[in-house]
Amino acid sequence: MAKIIVITSGKGGVGKTTSSASISSGLAVKGNKTVVIDFDVGLRNLDLVMNCERRVVYDFVNVINGEATLNQALIKDKYNENLYILPASQTRDKDALSKEGVEQVLNELSQRFDFIICDSPAGIEHGAQMALYFADEAIIVTNPEVSSVRDSDRILGILQSKSRRAELGEEPVKEHLLLTRYNPVRVENGEMLGVDDVKDILAIKLLGVIPESPDVLSSSNSGVPVIHNHESDAGKAYNDAVDRLLGNDVPHRFLNIEKKGFFKRMFKGSATA
Amino acid sequence: MSFLDYFKSTKKNTASIAKERLQIIVAHERGKRDQPDYLPNLQKEILEVIRKYVSINQDQVQVQLDKNDNCSVLELNVTLPE
Ligand SMILES: Nc1ncnc2c1ncn2[C@@H]1O[C@H](COP(=O)(O)OP(=O)(O)OP(=O)(O)O)[C@@H](O)[C@H]1O
Ligand SMILES: [Mg+2]
Repeated sequence: MAKIIVITSGKGGVGKTTSSASISSGLAVKGNKTVVIDFDVGLRNLDLVMNCERRVVYDFVNVINGEATLNQALIKDKYNENLYILPASQTRDKDALSKEGVEQVLNELSQRFDFIICDSPAGIEHGAQMALYFADEAIIVTNPEVSSVRDSDRILGILQSKSRRAELGEEPVKEHLLLTRYNPVRVENGEMLGVDDVKDILAIKLLGVIPESPDVLSSSNSGVPVIHNHESDAGKAYNDAVDRLLGNDVPHRFLNIEKKGFFKRMFKGSATA
Repeated sequence: MSFLDYFKSTKKNTASIAKERLQIIVAHERGKRDQPDYLPNLQKEILEVIRKYVSINQDQVQVQLDKNDNCSVLELNVTLPE
C-alpha cells in the first residue's frame, strides 16, 4: 500500500510543481519506489520540469478512459530508477478526471509504489479537489505573502471537510506546511512574513522552508529538479524536507541571513546564521 | 539598538500589518466554514418570528455559533429600532 501525498496550495504559481518534482526525486533517491502524477489537466508542466516532455505518449486521462495501460503511460525518470512520472492530459475538458477513474488508477499504482505524489492544479475547484480527495498526507505550499496564506487556509478547510478521509470520518489527512520563496533578508527588514508568523496563522506542522533562489529557475531551464543540485540552498532545503517527510528529525536551515565576508566577521557571535 | 535595527526602524514594518490582517480574515473565514448547514435557515426563521412583533431587516439579526471545548454557544444579536 502506497502513501498518497498531495502537494497543494489554493493559490497559483507558489511552487507546487517545483516542489512535486524535487520531493518525488528526493524520495526516489532515498530508495523509495515513487510515482508523481500531474493533476493539472490542460496545463501539463511537470513533464518539462522533470525533463521528459518529449517522451510523453499517453497520459493520465488516457489511462482513466482505458485508451492506454498504466505501463504505457508511466514514464521512467531520467535520473533515478525508483521514480516514474504520470503526465497530465492536455485536454480542455476540465472534468476529464472522475473520482472513480482517479481511484482506480491510484489503486493500481498503490500495488507497485511506496509513495504516490499528486501535483495539484491551482484553485479550489474540481481539479484541485480530485488531487487531494484520496490523500493520506498533504503538503501545503505557501509563499510568505497574504493571499497565499489565506488560500492555504482555505485549502486546509477543504482537506478537513471534502477529502475521502473526512467524508468517511477516518483519521484526518496529515497536514504539512512547506514555506517556499522565503527571503530572510526581507523578513529581517520587516517586509515579509516570517516563518513563525505563517506557522501561527495556519497552525500546522512545518515540513520545511525553501529559500528564494535563482537555482530554481536554472534547474527548471535544464529540466533537473533542484534537489539534485547539492550546492544549492534550495536543493539542500528540499532534501531536508524529504528527510522530515520520512520521519527524521532534521533541524531547519536557511531561516536567517547568511552574513558574508567582512559582515560575517563583524556580526560573528550575535548572528545565528 | 544595533546598527541593523536602526535601518529597520526607519521603515514601516509591513509584515506585522500583514500578520494582523491575516489573523482577522482567517479567523473570520474559519468561523464561517465551521458553521452547521442549518444556520442560515435558523437565522431566516428567527427573523420571521421577530417580524411578527417588530419590523426589522435581515441585517438586524445576527446568529453565530461558537464552539468551546465541551459545548457550543448560539449567540443571537437582535437590534431593535427605537
Ligand atoms: N524557491 C524558489 N525560488 C525562486 N523561484 C521559485 C521558487 N519556487 C518556485 N519558483 C518559481 O516560481 C514559479 C512557479 O513555480 P511552480 O510552477 O512550481 O508553481 P505552481 O504552484 O506549480 O504553479 P501553478 O499553480 O501554475 O501550477 C516558477 O517560475 C518557479 O521557477
Ligand atoms: Mg504547477
